[in-house]
Amino acid sequence: MSSWFDYTINGLIIGNVYALVAVGLALIFGVSRLINFAQGSIYLVGAYIGWVAVMQLHTPLPLTIIVVAAAAALVGLVIERFGLRPLQNSVRIAPLLATIGISFVLDQLVMLTFSPNPRALPSQLPDVRFQLGGGTIGPLDLLIAGVGITSALLLFVFLRYSKLGWAVRAASQDRDAAMQMGVDVNRVNQAVFGIAAALGGVSGMLVGMYYNQIDTAMSLQATLKGVVAEVVGGAGNVPGAVIGSLLLGLVESYGVAVFGTSYRNLFAFLLLVVVLVLRPNGLFASTRQAPPEPLTGTFIAPSRPLRIPRWALAVAAAIFAVLPLFPVSFYVLQTLINAWLLGMLALSLTLVAGTMGQVSLGHAALLAIGAYTSALLSLTLNVPVGLAIVGGGLMSAALGTLLISPSFRLRGHYVSIATLAIGEIVSLVILNWESVTRGPIGISGIPPLTLFGYDLISPSSVYWFSLAVMVVLALLQGRLLTSHLGRSFRAIRDDDIAARAYGLSLNRYKSLAFIFGGFAAGVSGGIAAHLYSYINHETFNTQQSILALTVVILGGLGNVVGAIVGSVALVGLPEVFRIAAEYRILIYGIVLLLLVRFRPQGLLGTI
Amino acid sequence: MEKQLHSMLSLRGLTRRFGGLTAVDAIDLDLAKGELISIIGPNGAGKTTLFNLVTGLDRPDAGTVSFEGQDITGLSPERLAAEGIARTFQLGRVFGNLSVKDNVLIGAHTRLRAVKPAVPVIGPLLELGLALLRPSSVRAEEERLREEVKAILARFGERLLPRIDQPAYSLSYANRRRVEIARALALKPRLLLLDEPTAGMNPTETAEMQSLVAELKAEGLTILLIEHKLEMVMRLSDRVIVMDEGKKIAEGPGEQVRTDPNVIEAYLGHGLSGTTEQESAA
Ligand SMILES: Nc1ncnc2c1ncn2[C@@H]1O[C@H](COP(=O)(O)OP(=O)(O)OP(=O)(O)O)[C@@H](O)[C@H]1O
Ligand SMILES: [Mg+2]
Repeated sequence: MSSWFDYTINGLIIGNVYALVAVGLALIFGVSRLINFAQGSIYLVGAYIGWVAVMQLHTPLPLTIIVVAAAAALVGLVIERFGLRPLQNSVRIAPLLATIGISFVLDQLVMLTFSPNPRALPSQLPDVRFQLGGGTIGPLDLLIAGVGITSALLLFVFLRYSKLGWAVRAASQDRDAAMQMGVDVNRVNQAVFGIAAALGGVSGMLVGMYYNQIDTAMSLQATLKGVVAEVVGGAGNVPGAVIGSLLLGLVESYGVAVFGTSYRNLFAFLLLVVVLVLRPNGLFASTRQAPPEPLTGTFIAPSRPLRIPRWALAVAAAIFAVLPLFPVSFYVLQTLINAWLLGMLALSLTLVAGTMGQVSLGHAALLAIGAYTSALLSLTLNVPVGLAIVGGGLMSAALGTLLISPSFRLRGHYVSIATLAIGEIVSLVILNWESVTRGPIGISGIPPLTLFGYDLISPSSVYWFSLAVMVVLALLQGRLLTSHLGRSFRAIRDDDIAARAYGLSLNRYKSLAFIFGGFAAGVSGGIAAHLYSYINHETFNTQQSILALTVVILGGLGNVVGAIVGSVALVGLPEVFRIAAEYRILIYGIVLLLLVRFRPQGLLGTI
Repeated sequence: MEKQLHSMLSLRGLTRRFGGLTAVDAIDLDLAKGELISIIGPNGAGKTTLFNLVTGLDRPDAGTVSFEGQDITGLSPERLAAEGIARTFQLGRVFGNLSVKDNVLIGAHTRLRAVKPAVPVIGPLLELGLALLRPSSVRAEEERLREEVKAILARFGERLLPRIDQPAYSLSYANRRRVEIARALALKPRLLLLDEPTAGMNPTETAEMQSLVAELKAEGLTILLIEHKLEMVMRLSDRVIVMDEGKKIAEGPGEQVRTDPNVIEAYLGHGLSGTTEQESAA
């Protein structure tokens, strides 16, 4: 792998793999206007089924491909039937959350079944390379290209010449009209999910063979890459998705050639952000689109929130405040401290995702920004810890808002994609910007919490401190919600077009929501850094983002008290029931799915 | 030209194409201050698209929009709202999870002053600070607007006032349409665009709406009305414009337009007039 020719071939091959994922995403988006966050999980499942077939069943290659495609398709059908179809008449946010939940459940199931350690997936092909032009090409390259082209042809024939294919095309052009003409939307969805899953599964297997390695981290990467390719090509545009994928493959390959491997993902996400900013409808969108049809229904589940009287809240706060005065174990205090820290993150997310309707999947990045800022301020500039934490909050507010601002004109699912990508960018920058962040080594020796010169070392003082900070943030947020900003945020969430027609600038108010929310998350990260005394680029990861999302939905989107109740519940209950750590994420995923299906308004109701 | 000088809104050659379809085709229109013009035409004639072009939700491919002598073509809807243009939506776009009161208060958003200081760059941050601190000026402003909201809701008799704190999603269809109009009135518009305000309403409700619009007109408000119910159009309009396939096919006083052979032809060509279809759709 030395010449440009090789980099080009490599880019096209990887692009081919992305295309298999992206085409599935485009098909699904076409008929149901849904970005399927579980697509990467199916890719992961495909890779592991491939491993089972090759290593355990010793199937020959053609059979391996068929087994993987069939098994993945089955997973896709199950997702469609049990995960999404019940939500058809649900609020707009529901299918989005459901695919996120499904993705986490699938990933965790794979991880629990096969362990998170990487495995080798041999390619079953002879290891030879042919000389071609200025470089070489191997049989696997040809296989991948062949699978890509064959799938494209099959898909073309299906869409073009079969009755069901016609129905798929009709549904993606105008769903309502197609339904009136008697198209069975359920069958169309089934077909589309089955095809998308088969393609995704095969793609995962091929990638595993290409790198001769599979691991559970592949899932998120694949979702992101597939979505980037799809968005670059124009959401729902199948040929566009193919071209977007090849382009992405090439950009990455050349980027790696020039800057090195650790930057691979950075290029993908930068491409995404550039396209979202300059051409939000994709590179090939023919004409500027008028605003889409009036959105019916509401974004979040309508409900009458439970009104908890103030005195009850005050009593609850007082009970928690005096708790350390009683002989409670260190373990209980520790658990509650974690709950308060998570509570701050949940406050932030419930504002942004619930009140403002911007479902952020990269919220842990705000924690990381706050944590690194506070740690570095106190370590290198000797800023007192209390001030450094505030600095972390401010930095998180400013930087987080700046980073997310390109997605302000996007809707629903795109915001989730963009925040997921930005979360990844932040962690990649932390990893690579060694002169400031100390790269993979992380930051150690972060000074403990101090306030006005007093060290907060005892568990009870840390407890009081984090409880107090969380309560202050919650009170401020409650006040915000009752101001004109609260109603402006919620109006934009419910109908951004009507909101704009009444003078509400989306940029302005989304910024304000992220500034306020970013501060709370940054403060939480800052406190965490001083508690842990050591942080690195993996301390704040996607799992925390998803945990926070589950908390927020459990409590009720936008609900301040709900965010705190949800945090205590989700941090506390697994401790009470002594659930082993590796099962927790699985349980969070299942809780998320059950909530979306059976109690979308959460425990205390959406606001 | 003479006319354009005095008109509140004037459209010149306004055109919008969707692919091969010209939804709005070289429309000219002049609306004088205090005038009420109705736009009628069969389904798909391009009426709503025309509204979108005037309110900035869509941008024309050709032509200009001017408002009180100023060229406002292609300005953002936020800007146009601040200029005093308010509209309602054909299918109803209330904020479902907001209470009736909050829906109408959003209508008054462009009139917030105390809490939204017009300071460049740090203005938004000041707004955040003021929203949290709520000095007396901010509280007074909010209080005043809340009183105003009650006054506006009172125009709808007992329809909305008793439901002032209910979320909009819980309202009947007709009430949601009323909330939309209340929200538009809260903007204190200089130009009001109503897109089929009576769609899906029964005769009593329609009559109520008609007298409300008549009242607004009598108060001097300038109104552009899309309406399928010809009875109401004939009563209210100073002039009627008929659109078909994006083009203006007739313009003039109601009675004259009604008997225009072009108009009859257009309506026959598209099946029955929209009225019955609208009713059944709702
Ligand atoms: N965003 C869009 N993209 C493509 N075509 C559109 C779009 N919006 C409107 N059209 C088309 O433009 C034409 C005019 O539509 P418009 O909604 O303006 O009609 P209308 O006169 O308001 O009809 P109605 O009485 O049914 O409300 C229709 O043929 C419609 O299909
Ligand atoms: Mg219309």
